[in-house]
Order: sequence, then structure tokens, then C-alpha cells
Amino acid sequence: MNPLKKFIFELQEITTLIISSFIGAFKKPYYLMDLVKQMDLIGVGSLPIVLLTGLFTGGVIVLQTFPTFQYYSIQDQVGRSVATSLMRELGPVLTALMVSGRIGSAISAELGSMVVSQQIDAMRALGTDPNRKLVAPRIFALILMLPFLTVAADVFGIFGGGLVASGIFNQDSNVFITSVRNGISVEDIIGGIIKPIVFGLIIGSISCYKGLSTTDGTVGVGRSTTSAVVLASIVVIVFDFFLSRGINTIFGIKYI
Amino acid sequence: MALAEMDENASLNEDVEELLEPTDLKDAVDEPDRVVPAIEFRDVHLSFDDKKILDGLSFIVRRGETKIVLGRSGGGKSTIIRLILGLLKPDSGQILIDGEEISDYSEVKMMGVRKKIGMVFQEGALFDSLSVYDNVAYRLHEQGVDEAEVEKEVRRMLQFVQLEDAIDKMPAELSGGMRRRVGVARALIGDPQIVLFDEPTAGLDPPTARTICELAIKLRDLEDVSSIFVTHEMNNLEILSSEYATVNEDGEVVFELEGEKICLINTEIIMLKQGQIIFSGKDEELSASKDEYIQKFLRGK
Repeated sequence: MNPLKKFIFELQEITTLIISSFIGAFKKPYYLMDLVKQMDLIGVGSLPIVLLTGLFTGGVIVLQTFPTFQYYSIQDQVGRSVATSLMRELGPVLTALMVSGRIGSAISAELGSMVVSQQIDAMRALGTDPNRKLVAPRIFALILMLPFLTVAADVFGIFGGGLVASGIFNQDSNVFITSVRNGISVEDIIGGIIKPIVFGLIIGSISCYKGLSTTDGTVGVGRSTTSAVVLASIVVIVFDFFLSRGINTIFGIKYI
Repeated sequence: MALAEMDENASLNEDVEELLEPTDLKDAVDEPDRVVPAIEFRDVHLSFDDKKILDGLSFIVRRGETKIVLGRSGGGKSTIIRLILGLLKPDSGQILIDGEEISDYSEVKMMGVRKKIGMVFQEGALFDSLSVYDNVAYRLHEQGVDEAEVEKEVRRMLQFVQLEDAIDKMPAELSGGMRRRVGVARALIGDPQIVLFDEPTAGLDPPTARTICELAIKLRDLEDVSSIFVTHEMNNLEILSSEYATVNEDGEVVFELEGEKICLINTEIIMLKQGQIIFSGKDEELSASKDEYIQKFLRGK
């Protein structure tokens, strides 16, 4: 198959996977326990790495930008720069990348080994649609949990920035907090929530598709895990650009 | 049943065979349901890319009959089973389950058909994340059956495969043979009338392989289950086509060899070569066949 044909084929397969699991999720029997289990695995399980990522990213932003701000004597605005960059960009993207590394790989490896050991066939033979039992809970759990994880990363990032500002650059913490509050707009918050919802869908559908389309035994499991993480990360970054552009257009955010 | 009404003096074997010809059965049998074959393939073709997997396959599996499918690895044996379950769709031809044409069924419609079918996979294909109990109970849990009823059924099935002690174990803790037997128990829950075995004894030691075959015989002779038994192991073939299960005076299931008293007519063999059936008939006919390919297959050289 030539690359273009393959791309269109995969796009079609992923789309039908998303549609069928969405439709299936609202039909009986419901797999609520599976959803809760996945939410725990994805949400609570990813919390430590996401918090650490946020904390240190916020810290490093202040570390790198404070001297420049100081040069222009606008160091009281450093909180604004941390908050905006985290909420608009770094929070959603870094969280999505961390989650795609941790969860995307886990999902495609698990589903891939189930394909290889005929468990998916067995499931279908026993009268269960794997799209509903396995795919839908994972995609929904990602869509539901990623916004929470992103918010947690944002908060910890701002906290980390504050720590560096007051700890290393001896800035008064009131100045930092005021600047953060001035910097955040409602649009930023809404945009910062929309992005992870889309990213959750991207990570979930790509890793489920890659897992379920595994062929060639255990070697195939490794291959589909790698390609799930790589593809999900790239698509997240590409979509981030277009989402940012879309959100800015809708909310009329200007770059000053 | 028609068998019981037969004249004892008649040559049993011939008449039974004649009677069981599907065309003649219509007048001879009181139960019209039994006339419809459990599984029927009509000129089924399937190819992947350019490779022909099945090339005009036609056969029937009658009710209560075991069809042993022989053939080399990669010869399309497992494909037959995947087609019956609707996991694959044929390129052309018809597949009928209980007289119902399933080859163009959607996944949703297929789910209803799959309820009638139990499937034993090559390596057991147990769900790693579920305990033995949950694995066996899976189908009933999905159907929302009452938990007390589920437990009763699971225990009955595990008793059938003699694995009651393993009920709380995880699949990873089981040996290969035990996994396979749990797979059988899982396939049999809900009492399906059709059971498919996909090389169930591959990689097992001879006594364990025998246990699996005996389970298949018990299903065939005591539960009236129709089955397809895909294998390439000759001793499976021998056990399945020469032994039968019966219940003795003490109520125990015993296995006896066919011979003077009884001649097995509910087990037939089909042999595949390059997607076509090159042999169809009884085990005696198979060993008497002059075909070079068959002889090579039987003797291994």
C-alpha cells in the first residue's frame, strides 16, 4: 500500500473506531466499572508525573525569564508570563505528552497483547464488542481525566514558578500572585480545558487503534506501542497549533 | 429418534448412513429441527491479498456430529472457525448456522449467533486480567445473569473439566493444560449447541491432550453437541474417531472403544489441502485412502 493510501485508510479506521465506540457507549450493557477503573488508572495513576512535570516546568520558566524581565524592569510581571504560557500552551501539551507516553503505550501494549493471544477474538466469540468493552472506557476516561490532570499541572506549575521567584530571585510572593491573577483570563481557562479534551480523544483513539491493529506476534506489540506513542505525540503537537489558532480566533485573543 | 426404530437385522452401518443423508432425512425423522445442519458451508471462497485460503469449500456438520478438520498448518483450518464465528467474512459463498445465513451479518447481528457457539482457542486465550471464575463466568456476566446462578453454573463447568480447585486462581498461575481446560469450561458455559475447537491440544503432553479429547467426546455423546475439531495431531484423531462415552451402572462416565457393539457414526473427517477438501469421510476410509498426500500426512513421511 502506498503511504497516502495507508494514511487515508488509517484515518478511516480511527474514525470508525471513534464513532462505533461512542455509539456503543450509550447502549446496554454499560461498562461503567471498566470506565471507573480506567479513570483511576489514567487519572490518579498519572498524577505524580504530571504534577512533577508542571512543578518543574513552571520553575524553569521563571528561572529562564526572570533575568530578562529584570533587564527591562518588568520583573513584577513574571507571574503573568508563567500563568499564561502554562495555561495556554505548556500545561495542556506537556500533560498530553506525558500521558501519551505513560498511558498511550500501556493501552496499545495491552490491547496488542490481547490481539496476539487471541483474547480479542475470544471476547468477540463470547458476544462482547471489544470497541465497547475496551476502547470506549479508555477513550472516555482519557477525555474526562486529561482536563483535570492539565489543571493540576497548571496549578503546580504556577506554584513552582512562585517558589523560584521568591526563593531564588527574592521576589515578594504577593507581587507574584497579583501578577498571576492579572494575567489569567476566562478565555485562557476555557481554552486550557478544550485542548486536553481533544488531546484525550487523540491519545485514546490512536493508541486503541494501534493496539487493536497489531499483527505479527510479540514483535508487533512492540512496534504498535512505539508507533502509538510517536503518532499520538506528533498529532497532539500538530493539533495544538490549530487548536490555539482556533481558540484565539473564537475568543479574539490578540498577541500584543 | 430414527435410529431406535430401525430393524435390527438390517445392516446397521449402511442404513444409518443412508438415513443421515440430509435429503432423505426429511421423511425419516420426527424432529424436523434435526434435519437442518448445525453448520453448513456452501462454496465458500476466501483469499488474503493474492493468496487463496479457501477455494470453494462445501461441507455440513449435522447435529450431534463432530467434524475433525485435518490439514497442514496454514492450510485454512483455523480460518474455517473464524468464518463460523463471523470474525472473518468470506469473499463469496454462504455459511449457515442452524439454517441461518450469516455471511452478510453485521457485527451486532452476529452477536446473537455467537451466543449459540462455544469456542476453544489454541492457547486458551483466557483474559489475563480476570480470575478463572470471572473468565468462565464472562458470558453470563455479560448477559446480566443473577450472580447466584452464575456461581452455580461456573462450578458445574469447572467440575466438568475437573478444575474446581483453580476457581480463584489467575490465568498466569495455571499450567498450559489447565488453561486449555478453563478455556473449554468458558466455551461451554450457557450450554452452546455448537462447540469449535481450534487445535486445543497443541503443545500439550499426551495425557492432558487425551483429557481434552475426552471432554470433546463427552460433549458429543452425552450432551448432543455439534462440533468442529481442528487438529493436525493424529492421536487426537484416533481417540475421537474410535472411542465413545457412555454412562455405566454406577452413573460414571466411561470411555469405550468402538467395535462389535457400536460403530461410531457421529464423527467424520475432512482434510484440507490448499483450501480445498481432498477427503471427507470416516477414519477407516481415511486410513484406507490411496491418496499419496493423505498417506504422507498420516504416516508423517
